Amino acid sequence: MLDLKGYGWMLWQGLELTILVGLGAMAVALALGLIGAWGKLSRARAGRWAAGTYTTVIRGVPELLLILLVYYGVPTLIQDIAEGAGYEIIVDLNPFVAGVVTIGFIYGAFATEVFRGAFLAVPRGQIEAARAIGMSRALTFRRIVLPQMWRFALPGLGNVWMVLIKATALISVIQLPELMRNAQIAMGATKLPFTFFFVASLFYLGITIVSMVVQRRAEAWANRGVRRA
Amino acid sequence: MPGAALRVDDLYKSFGDLEVLKGVSLTAYEHDVIAILGASGSGKSTLLRCINLLEVPDSGEVHVGGELIRMKRDRRGRAMPADRRQVDRIRARLGMVFQQFNLWSHLTVLQNVIEAPIHVLKLPRREAVDRARALLDKVGLADKHDYFPAHLSGGQEQRAAIARALAMEPDVMLFDEPTSALDPELVGEVLKVIRDLAEEGRTMLIVTHEVGFAREVSSRTVFLHEGQIEEEGASRALLDNPQSPRLRQFLSGERGDA
Repeated sequence: MLDLKGYGWMLWQGLELTILVGLGAMAVALALGLIGAWGKLSRARAGRWAAGTYTTVIRGVPELLLILLVYYGVPTLIQDIAEGAGYEIIVDLNPFVAGVVTIGFIYGAFATEVFRGAFLAVPRGQIEAARAIGMSRALTFRRIVLPQMWRFALPGLGNVWMVLIKATALISVIQLPELMRNAQIAMGATKLPFTFFFVASLFYLGITIVSMVVQRRAEAWANRGVRRA
Repeated sequence: MPGAALRVDDLYKSFGDLEVLKGVSLTAYEHDVIAILGASGSGKSTLLRCINLLEVPDSGEVHVGGELIRMKRDRRGRAMPADRRQVDRIRARLGMVFQQFNLWSHLTVLQNVIEAPIHVLKLPRREAVDRARALLDKVGLADKHDYFPAHLSGGQEQRAAIARALAMEPDVMLFDEPTSALDPELVGEVLKVIRDLAEEGRTMLIVTHEVGFAREVSSRTVFLHEGQIEEEGASRALLDNPQSPRLRQFLSGERGDA
C-alpha cells in the first residue's frame, strides 16, 4: 500500500482548505454571476457594457496569470501609488482571500453566462402571469423566475463548480497550503512524487464524485413538477 | 346605471411598422360580459393585453374603476407607465386568464392559487388557503391541490388558472382566448366555469373564437377588424343579424370551420 510517511494529515488539511477555498470562491462566483447576468440582460447600456467587458476580459486571460496579477501585482501597484503620494506602506494580501476572490471573480464570468441562459430559458408566459397578477418586477424575480432558473442553471453551475475546484490547485503558486501545495511540500520532503501526487489526485476525484451526487439530488429537486420526457 | 368598471379610449398600438390597434374605444359597465371577436391579426388579444399594460399602448387612455392609468413618454418619445406601482396595483384588480394557462410550473395547484394573495395582497396564509380551497372546489379541482401543473390536463390547468385569477377577487376578469389551446373535448369544462362566472354577475372581457359561446353567454359583442371596431352591439342581435359584410363573412367562416 501507499506509505504516506506520516504526511497524511498534511494532505487532509490541504483537502479541507481546498474545499473551503472552493466553497468561498463558488459563493463569490454565484453572486457575481447573478449580478453579471442582470447586467447583460439589463436595458441600460452601461449595465450591458460593464457585464460584457467583465466576461470578455476574464474569459480571455489565463487563470494563473490573474492569480499572480492579483496576489503580487495589486499590492505592488498600491504601494507604488502610495509612494508617489509620499507614503511608505507595505500591502500584504492574505493568500486565502486573494485566492477566493480571484477564483470567484474568474468563475463568476462563467456563471454569468450560465445564469443568463437560465433566465432566458424561463418561459415568457411565466413572467407575464406574475406581472399580470400585480407582482412587481423584484417580486416576480424572487418568487417566480429565480426558482425556475435553478432548473436550467444547475447543469451549467455543476460544471462551473467542477472546473473551479480543480482550478484551486493553481493558488498553490501563492503559497496557500491547500491540497496541491501540501502535496508538493510532502513530495519535496519525502522524494515520493508518485505517492503524494497520486493520493492528491484521488482526493480531487473524491470531491468531484461527491459533487456529482449532490448535483444529481439538487437537479431532482429543481425539476420537481416537471414532466419527464 | 352602474359605473364603468373599465374604459379604454382611443387606443393605438403598433409593433414596428405594423399598426395593430387603430383607435379602439370600449366601455365595460359592472356585470357586463363582453365578447371580443375577430379574425387572427385583428388586434383582439393586443387590445386585452393593453388593458393591463402587458403591452404598452402608443397612445390612448385606460381607466379601471374610474382610475386613469397615468402614462408618460421616455426620451425617445415612446409611451410608458408613469408610475409602476400604480400599474401593479391596477393589475391586481384585473384577473387575466391566458391562452397558454401560464400556471407557474414550479408550484403546485394550491401554491399557484395562494401565491399572489399572500405576496401581493399580503393576506395571512390561512386565509389565502381557505380562499383557494373554496375556489378550487368551485372550478372542480378539489382533489388536485397538490398536483403540479405538468400533471394536469389542459382543461384542468385552465380551470386552475381561472381559480388563481379569482383568488385576487378582481373587479374585472380578462380572458385571452381561454379555450384556443385546448383539445376539443376539454373546451366544454372550461366554458362551463366561465359561464358560471357570467351568471354570478362578474364583469368580464372575453377574447374568443367560440361564436356560439359568445352569443349565449356575453351581453355584448365587439367585432374587431384590422385594429378597429367594425361592429358592436347586444350579442344575440349582433350575431343573429350582422350588419357589416366583414362580420357576416367572419361568422360564415367560423361556422365553416366548426
